[in-house]
Amino acid sequence: MARKFTPKVVTANDLLDGDVIYLTATNEWSRDHADAQLIEDEALAEERLAHAAGDFARLVGPYLADAVAGENGPEPVHFREAFRTRGPSNYNHGKQAEA
Amino acid sequence: MYKYNEFDEAFVRERNRQFANQVERRIDGTLTEEEFRPLRLMNGLYLQLHAYMLRVAIPYGTLDSAKMRQLAMIADKFDKGYGHFTTRQNIQYNWPKLPEVPAILDALADVEMHALQTSGNTIRNVTSDHFAGAAADEIADPRPVAELLRQWSTDHPEFQFLGRKFKFAVGASEHDRAVLRAHDVAVQIVKNDAGETGYKIFVGGGLGRTPMIGKVLTDFLPAKDLLPYCEAILTVYNTLGRRDNKYKARIKITVHENGIDEYRRLVDEQFALIRPTFSGVDQEMLKEIEGHFPAPTYINAPLDAYDAAYEADPVFRAWADTNLSAHKNDNYAIATISIKAHGETPGDATSEQMRVMADLAEEYAHNELRISHEQNVILPHVHKSNLPAIHARLKEHGLATANFGLISDIIACPGMDYCALATARSIPVAQEIALRFDELKLEHEIGELKLKISGCINACGHHHVGHIGILGLDRAGVENYQITLGGDGSENAAVGERAGPGFAYDELVPAIERLIKGYLEVREDASETFIQAYRRLGSAPFKAALYPDATKKNAA
Ligand code: SF4
Repeated sequence: MARKFTPKVVTANDLLDGDVIYLTATNEWSRDHADAQLIEDEALAEERLAHAAGDFARLVGPYLADAVAGENGPEPVHFREAFRTRGPSNYNHGKQAEA
Repeated sequence: MYKYNEFDEAFVRERNRQFANQVERRIDGTLTEEEFRPLRLMNGLYLQLHAYMLRVAIPYGTLDSAKMRQLAMIADKFDKGYGHFTTRQNIQYNWPKLPEVPAILDALADVEMHALQTSGNTIRNVTSDHFAGAAADEIADPRPVAELLRQWSTDHPEFQFLGRKFKFAVGASEHDRAVLRAHDVAVQIVKNDAGETGYKIFVGGGLGRTPMIGKVLTDFLPAKDLLPYCEAILTVYNTLGRRDNKYKARIKITVHENGIDEYRRLVDEQFALIRPTFSGVDQEMLKEIEGHFPAPTYINAPLDAYDAAYEADPVFRAWADTNLSAHKNDNYAIATISIKAHGETPGDATSEQMRVMADLAEEYAHNELRISHEQNVILPHVHKSNLPAIHARLKEHGLATANFGLISDIIACPGMDYCALATARSIPVAQEIALRFDELKLEHEIGELKLKISGCINACGHHHVGHIGILGLDRAGVENYQITLGGDGSENAAVGERAGPGFAYDELVPAIERLIKGYLEVREDASETFIQAYRRLGSAPFKAALYPDATKKNAA
């Protein structure tokens, strides 16, 4: 049996300001992890990543990151991805400052 | 002072113009990221976790007030009002926006600065002793040699596509403040028995995945042979060096795999071929460069103000005892401005602080500033009579922390708060350690101690050469910190030894506290520093302090 697929979101950085962005189910790019499309199927994940790569004129470095379903939408699994949803821990800069 | 020559001026302006055009074409979709990435990296522009980062070179760490003010202006206008000084004597801006980067580069060029060769497999910003030109113990100012190497290597056709990045450092005293032995090639200015000035050359040092202490390639190289000899070193590396594996492509591996004797033989062979092609023009260049680094016109003034403040004000006294170093002129001091206030981010300065330091340099310190690889700012030439006024102003701006060389004077790389390569955070660890030891009021009693933190194996935080080194790792999705002991970045260079299993984030500060208390118990007296005690006793008592349970188990 194939290994169980860990759900993913597609994430990247915005081309102009570098802010972390997530691909939504409606092909928008959101700055909020909770808006991301939670992808539960490996083939679909590859397809969504390919779609993101085609959007190169507005983003940098798209990749798949592990995520889990949460109350308000997908949530990050790894601490690196959790930091990316907030910003640095030494200053109130980045996303946490805008919330 | 570092001066653009005409070539630099034209070259930098042209590069900026090209880059502005490349940015435009990236934004309008003509260039893909694959095409653009190498171009932006050539201009010092990285992408980090939350934003872009622009790395600006501060050649051999030397600035004047105009440059410092421009760095402050850029921080205000294009960033979030601060900058981060790095262990490579660079400054990094953490929040630039891509469309504005060309304007930042132009603003830098206006004060003869740039972001070239701060990235890529080229010869990087040449670093030097941050006390250069001022230190009581130096043989000569090492910066002209650093500048000669910079001019020779900038855009040198043979050295743009090296196997890996390549780092030079230059020092000029027996006491090594520039971590010479952790560089690919290091030049130490020395005198031989006949009293002639020449160079001792180290090769094959480096930290990162495979830390190595540089080996002596030659004890004395006559001054006139420097460039052909360095070119020979590079040529041998270019021919011999491995390109099959990124981690093996550093010269330290080439030297290690071939042996220093074989490497020396090959360099000598190359050198014999190259030497005749150097016409001596490099020596004329060096003479001219030396003219750009005049000693300050020292002032003569009574020292009463200094003596009075030293007697009367214990806060000033503590700062003077801790943050001043010996200057070659007895009436002068080298003042280290700590940008490591307890609980602040090591190496960060606000734009206001940058302006204060620029003002102080202009008013009191011959208009010179230095950035140290230990992430502090230095006023290299201060007449002692000016120190009380300087200290008073520093105090008003959170810059008067008396912790130079102490446990809270921590080197910390940006780690996972910024860096895309990080495996764990470093900054909050540094903040918490500094706060804890300030709370314990112990750091002056502990004395000299170098604590260095890196957020991944790349070791930008020099953890291998910390008396105490901390390396942040990702262990199964959790931050975990490995401690190394006994490292040393000075002339007694040594790579620290791993103490044992890593510590979880929350366990780390208590572990460091146990370690330090263990040291205080075993040291002979207050004059025996941590590293001296470690050398005398070996690692056992320190490991016992770090892992009390393991010791108990073994005893049982
Ligand atoms: S040591 Fe690692 S985490 Fe720290 S700045 Fe260097 S690459 Fe980034």
